[in-house]
Amino acid sequence: MQHVYIDHNATTPVAPEVLETVVSCLGQVYGNASSIHHFGQGAKQKLESARRQLALLIHANPAELVFTSGGTEADNMAVLGVCGAAPRPAHVITTAIEHPAVLSPAAHLEREGVAITRLRVGASGILNPDDVRGALRPETVLVSVMHANNELGTIQPIAEIARIAREAGVVFHVDGVQALGKIPVDMEALGVDLYSMSGHKLYAPKGVGALYIRKGTRLAPISFGGHHERDRRPGTENVPGVAAFGAAAGLAARNLMADAERLANLRDRLENAVLDRIQGTGINGSRWGRTPNTSNMYFDGIDGEALVIALDLRGFAVSTGAACSSGALTPSHVLTAIGLSSERARASMRFSLGRSNTVEQVDALVSALEASVAHLRRISVHA
Amino acid sequence: MPEQPIAVAMSGGVDSSTVVALLVRQGRPVVGLTMQLWNQRRLPELAVEGSGAPSGSGRCCSLDDVYDARRVAEQVGIPYYVVNFERQFEEQVVKPFVAEYLAGRTPVPCTLCNNYIKFDRFLEMADAVGAHHIATGHYARIRYDETSGRYQLLRAVDDSKDQTYFLFGLTQQQLARTMFPLGEMTKQEVRQLARSMDLAVAAKGDSQEICFVPNGDYAAFLRAYLKETGVEPERTHGEIVTADGRTLGRHEGVHHFTVGQRRGLGIATGEPLYVISTDPQSQRVIVGGNDDLLRPSFFAHQVNWISIAGVSTPVRAQVKIRNKHAAAPATLHATGDPARVEVVFDEPQRAVTPGQGAVFYDGPLVLGGGWIA
Repeated sequence: MQHVYIDHNATTPVAPEVLETVVSCLGQVYGNASSIHHFGQGAKQKLESARRQLALLIHANPAELVFTSGGTEADNMAVLGVCGAAPRPAHVITTAIEHPAVLSPAAHLEREGVAITRLRVGASGILNPDDVRGALRPETVLVSVMHANNELGTIQPIAEIARIAREAGVVFHVDGVQALGKIPVDMEALGVDLYSMSGHKLYAPKGVGALYIRKGTRLAPISFGGHHERDRRPGTENVPGVAAFGAAAGLAARNLMADAERLANLRDRLENAVLDRIQGTGINGSRWGRTPNTSNMYFDGIDGEALVIALDLRGFAVSTGAACSSGALTPSHVLTAIGLSSERARASMRFSLGRSNTVEQVDALVSALEASVAHLRRISVHA
Repeated sequence: MPEQPIAVAMSGGVDSSTVVALLVRQGRPVVGLTMQLWNQRRLPELAVEGSGAPSGSGRCCSLDDVYDARRVAEQVGIPYYVVNFERQFEEQVVKPFVAEYLAGRTPVPCTLCNNYIKFDRFLEMADAVGAHHIATGHYARIRYDETSGRYQLLRAVDDSKDQTYFLFGLTQQQLARTMFPLGEMTKQEVRQLARSMDLAVAAKGDSQEICFVPNGDYAAFLRAYLKETGVEPERTHGEIVTADGRTLGRHEGVHHFTVGQRRGLGIATGEPLYVISTDPQSQRVIVGGNDDLLRPSFFAHQVNWISIAGVSTPVRAQVKIRNKHAAAPATLHATGDPARVEVVFDEPQRAVTPGQGAVFYDGPLVLGGGWIA
């Protein structure tokens, strides 16, 4: 059976060009980037060239980029780092629809006495910037808002929130993991202080990410052990991973607009066909202001987990929501935060398209959905 | 159209792993499913000393068990998924289990789990994956009887492993779709087979009876669960009295006692004392001598008939009143309500315990069963 991958918000396949970089780097560039000699210098060059590629993609100064093990580490560095460097009492503003990589360190800080405000979003899944202004307190030290939501794809008004935070003199962190490579990301235009990124969401391998740290942002370290990455992140650098991230950033810079246009068309084709052909369906969150590849839809009367399995057996890989919380007892915190009943949240599916997906695949997915949803609704009459 | 797959409930243990391997060896298409029923990280005070959830300790739904099931699925090359039934399990098994204990009865959660989860929600999941039949590693046999037109349930060939006591709630529709491939085999043969097929779990230990209660300490489970859910029983302490009303001592809650229990009464007397009954209303535990435990008859309610459609005239049977009980000869009397039956033993039986199941046998055949009122 052919398996079609439509779960690119969970992770992406490594792009062929990126794979070449990884393989050649793994095979040949084995020096430690901190070493003085020829081999170390070779590794260092790869590292810095990747840093320039990523800086180019997001319009930042390369010196403001720190490579990490991924998005989760970058989020932890930002949230824990800002609060670690701030005086007490401290207050943090974030949203109810953040990824656990932000919500969990925030909850950890809360247990240590930091006040946390989790702003609600309406049915659109888009935060109202005025709510940030309204939540500011004299002791607020950090605002953390994601750029694009992983489950809905909704894009938050980052530039406006950045202005509000700047006026108040509060550090602004953005979890950009689901935005990078999908929509234009420009540090100058956005005006943020910290921005988290992950390689494997844009066709680089797992295990590499980055944190943009605007010059002058005070950040306490969260791990200790070496002077790597300008004293920001200790540990011998993952040179093949970082080089791959750089190559992926280069690809994204070249293909972003064309990819976005093509994926938005595919996504709309998928949604229109589902809405047209399957009763009791609808789009979760705003139809507008989303990353072009993401669609979150409900199928009333079905169990999302059963639909994922049924589709997988038909050769289509999709998900009910965040991959990290699959099989969780409680329905998605994002879907309940935008006002869905737990029943409808459990009946919701996320489709996230990517570079390899075609019109034929989307049409076949719609047919499989039609058949699976009809089947599941037929058998669950007594449920 | 390809042959419909069989959905196998995989616990990660030897039995269900062997079922999978047997079916795959027969060339049947199989989908493996593991039911996630209980989060072992809940109620941390119950954690087994020195480890989180050690492999082989018999606690269900541990990450180790899922790992083992996945490994077997990979070994035999079948699609495999973990499905989450924690919500249903808590509603339909754990909560009734707790409520029964607090009401002074001694529940059988495995039967509830079979009735409402393993042969109900799981069948729905089987439908979802396009499977008509399900297979499990239970030790029991199913046979279709042409004359009566009924699916019959029979004791396993391996009498020491027979699990029909926990399966008396299965309906004809459920039996029609269920396969118990191990019913004709002994546990020893199953282990041998698992070894010969080189299954990764061949040497794994057997699971314990109540999967979500560590070490069988249900009182500790109850305490931890009630604390976590913030439900305090109205009153937990009361008196220990004899049948003729003498107060012998005090206790910390009727749920600590089960009919027939001798230990843990905290009373020193000349003759051995046993729990005869408990009364949740007055919170009294009534105790007496061994002979006071004997009962000549009882009523079974919510009776489910399996191999026969019911009783109108008295029917001879062997009746099992708890899992480890050797079925005792008895007569089943109709009451006018087909779901209610009076069981009259030939010889009075010790510790007929409200809340336990009563299963009616005719030799290896399971006629039906109900709950002891």
